[in-house]
Amino acid sequence: MTQTQAQSPPPSSSGPSPLLQVRDLHVEFHTRDGVADAVNGVSFGVEAGETLAVLGESGSGKSVTAQAVMGILDIPPGRITGGEILFEGRDLLKTPAEERRRIRGARMAMIFQDALSSLNPVLSVGYQLGEMFRVHRGTSRKESRIKAVELMERVRIPAARARANDYPHQFSGGMRQRIMIAMALALEPQLIIADEPTTALDVTVQAQVMGLLADLQREYRMGLILITHDLGVVADVADRIAVMYAGRIVETAPVGELYRAPAHPYTKGLLDSIPRLDQKGQQLNAIKGLPPSLLRIPSGCSFHPRCPVARAVCRADEPPLYEVGTGRASACHFWKELLDGQ
Amino acid sequence: MDSDGAGAQTWQQGGPEGGGPAVAESASPAGVPYAPREAILEVRDLVKHYPLTQGVVIRRQVGAVKAVDGISFELGRGETLGIVGESGCGKSTVAKLVTNLEAPTAGSILYKGEDVTRLSGRALKAVRRNIQMVFQDPYTSLNPRMTVGDIVGEPFDIHPEVAPKGERRRKVQELLDVVGLNPEYVNRYPHQFSGGQRQRIGIARGLALRPEVIVADEPVSALDVSVQAQVVNLMERLQDEFDLSYVFIAHDLSVVRHISDRVGVMYLGKLVEIGTESEIYEHPTHPYTQALLSAVPVPDPDAEAERTRIVLEGEVPSPANPPSGCHFRTRCWKAQEKCAREEPPLTVPERFAHAEGSAHHPSACHYAEERDPIGPE
Ligand SMILES: Nc1ncnc2c1ncn2[C@@H]1O[C@H](COP(=O)(O)OP(=O)(O)OP(=O)(O)O)[C@@H](O)[C@H]1O
Ligand SMILES: Nc1ncnc2c1ncn2[C@@H]1O[C@H](COP(=O)(O)OP(=O)(O)O)[C@@H](O)[C@H]1O
Ligand code: SF4
Ligand code: SF4
Ligand SMILES: [Mg+2]
Ligand SMILES: [Mg+2]
Repeated sequence: MTQTQAQSPPPSSSGPSPLLQVRDLHVEFHTRDGVADAVNGVSFGVEAGETLAVLGESGSGKSVTAQAVMGILDIPPGRITGGEILFEGRDLLKTPAEERRRIRGARMAMIFQDALSSLNPVLSVGYQLGEMFRVHRGTSRKESRIKAVELMERVRIPAARARANDYPHQFSGGMRQRIMIAMALALEPQLIIADEPTTALDVTVQAQVMGLLADLQREYRMGLILITHDLGVVADVADRIAVMYAGRIVETAPVGELYRAPAHPYTKGLLDSIPRLDQKGQQLNAIKGLPPSLLRIPSGCSFHPRCPVARAVCRADEPPLYEVGTGRASACHFWKELLDGQ
Repeated sequence: MDSDGAGAQTWQQGGPEGGGPAVAESASPAGVPYAPREAILEVRDLVKHYPLTQGVVIRRQVGAVKAVDGISFELGRGETLGIVGESGCGKSTVAKLVTNLEAPTAGSILYKGEDVTRLSGRALKAVRRNIQMVFQDPYTSLNPRMTVGDIVGEPFDIHPEVAPKGERRRKVQELLDVVGLNPEYVNRYPHQFSGGQRQRIGIARGLALRPEVIVADEPVSALDVSVQAQVVNLMERLQDEFDLSYVFIAHDLSVVRHISDRVGVMYLGKLVEIGTESEIYEHPTHPYTQALLSAVPVPDPDAEAERTRIVLEGEVPSPANPPSGCHFRTRCWKAQEKCAREEPPLTVPERFAHAEGSAHHPSACHYAEERDPIGPE
């Protein structure tokens, strides 16, 4: 049996180092009730032109990880207590704040779930898009405005020229999300992090926005980190998936393999518990219990109180992220039995 | 009346003429026979318009938001009717009307053949007891200053006949047990519970008066994926145990398919298609249903690769100013001139009227055609 421990994911087989490489990231929050361990040793990489989906339930640490990478974490109460974030080869955690601000927007950008609260309500959409060029590129007012309208056309806002004068609240949810995408694309960054970009949208609008994002990503060959709790959204657009539970990545795999043969009981539990549109299922196999409080993460494997196949060792020993195949890793002591049983 | 409607059956058969309750009838999908059931609830031509006013000193009405604009359906005893549709299409308004939390602008709601909208006083109170609501948001629908025992037992204040004072605590503890909560939690406050547990509290409260009908408005939408299945399973178990009838409202089409016997699809205040779960999901004939289903991603990359997606242009128009004729025509890829002129009625389309099989169900489209938007091309 060859169980190589892959604390950081295996380096990509060929070519240059990945665009983004996060190693052993730790983030905690100091709250009234104690220290919440939000991110506990997260490692992953994203290459140019690749879409990595980060899948996890509410509170699993997806957004905090993204905020740490973007450098927009609330510090305090948040604190990065360990790890490296290598972007284009340099460690962002050692990069001066001024320099990080320049990187943000120009080389990496973020799309948030709630576009309305991330856009300025008292400035027109055209002005806010143009501002990206004025601030980062020193472009003239007139030129910036032309570019802003171009961007709005790129994200398929009808009558873009006229609508550039409108304020965020005058747009529908789907259009606001497209304006957020335009804003993120403005300076043609290498990396985009989209945090639940379609969670607040209806399915028909979600399909429009995801289609747009996928087209633009292909065209610009950007790295894309797509954060979501929806197993369906991911299946269609991602190349690889990282599944998070209680602040850790418990499984990573190419998208097809993860759905066909999950190597972690939590992933398998998620897949078995959701009803599917294309099947009239029998009773759902719910995962028992609740996600843990981050103030008191269970010992050993943090999933053990809910795991249907847990054994004594699971309570005592925290499983490392085992390499379980090419480009696949699982943080379960019994990954092999799980894979063999399928 | 639409001339095309001639010859096409309307989907409401039976009716109050005979005085007795109508029978919800629907074609049987191949394989799984769908047994018509005695209707416990009949909703007819239900309308709710909210006035739009203008002016500060002298307010005058300048129009109306047509939140619900003529909806009819039946709910069989022990049955689950799912209602789906995009945000703002009127789902919650239907829920509020059916549970008597709001009065309709027009239309009737028959509970066991009796029009609830015409009742008052003691008769109304008795009906209300039997139609209970479970709300979407377990975080805001529970009063944070009340204990769980007070919340679950509150309906007994209005209906003391169900649980006399001395028995209330025991009744509440029974209810907590039924929904899988520890009966010793009666003195805890809502913030001490997780989202899934709060939703169970909401369900326990909905069950307190032993209703026959439960209208659940997005009961699992705010829950985590791993907890959602627990609550769905609970609702299915309770339905069997207490012979409940559900109106289950949700925007998650996968959950609705799982739990429903029949499904109604809403668009801009109207039902555009209604049928059994397999008629709607496997043999939809309305373009909107087809687009809606095709937009839902399936958690299976192999299945996804086989599908083609219908991507709708644009967004839902304002319910204050819906398009003429067919409300869906501004986004419909099949729209013809007739669609702007004539509103399609919700009937079995003429071309399927005499056909056997799953396309034979009500669909409000002049050019209804079968299409499977979930499976491979
Ligand atoms: N500013 C903050 N102060 C205190 N705790 C925080 C803060 N931001 C996040 N947290 C905590 O960190 C944990 C992880 O949060 P995060 O938002 O990353 O989770 P998530 O998986 O993205 O959840 P969701 O899907 O609900 O957004 C949570 O327990 C959250 O309460
Ligand atoms: N009290 C109200 N006053 C004015 N408009 C309302 C009111 N309640 C609902 N509406 C409008 O009615 C339409 C349908 O609302 P609702 O039933 O809540 O939609 P859903 O639950 O499907 O999201 C929406 O356009 C909404 O804005
Ligand atoms: S390590 Fe043990 S408890 Fe954790 S997922 Fe694997 S079997 Fe379950
Ligand atoms: S009636 Fe016309 S516009 Fe309406 S759904 Fe049918 S084809 Fe489309
Ligand atoms: Mg989040
Ligand atoms: Mg609603």
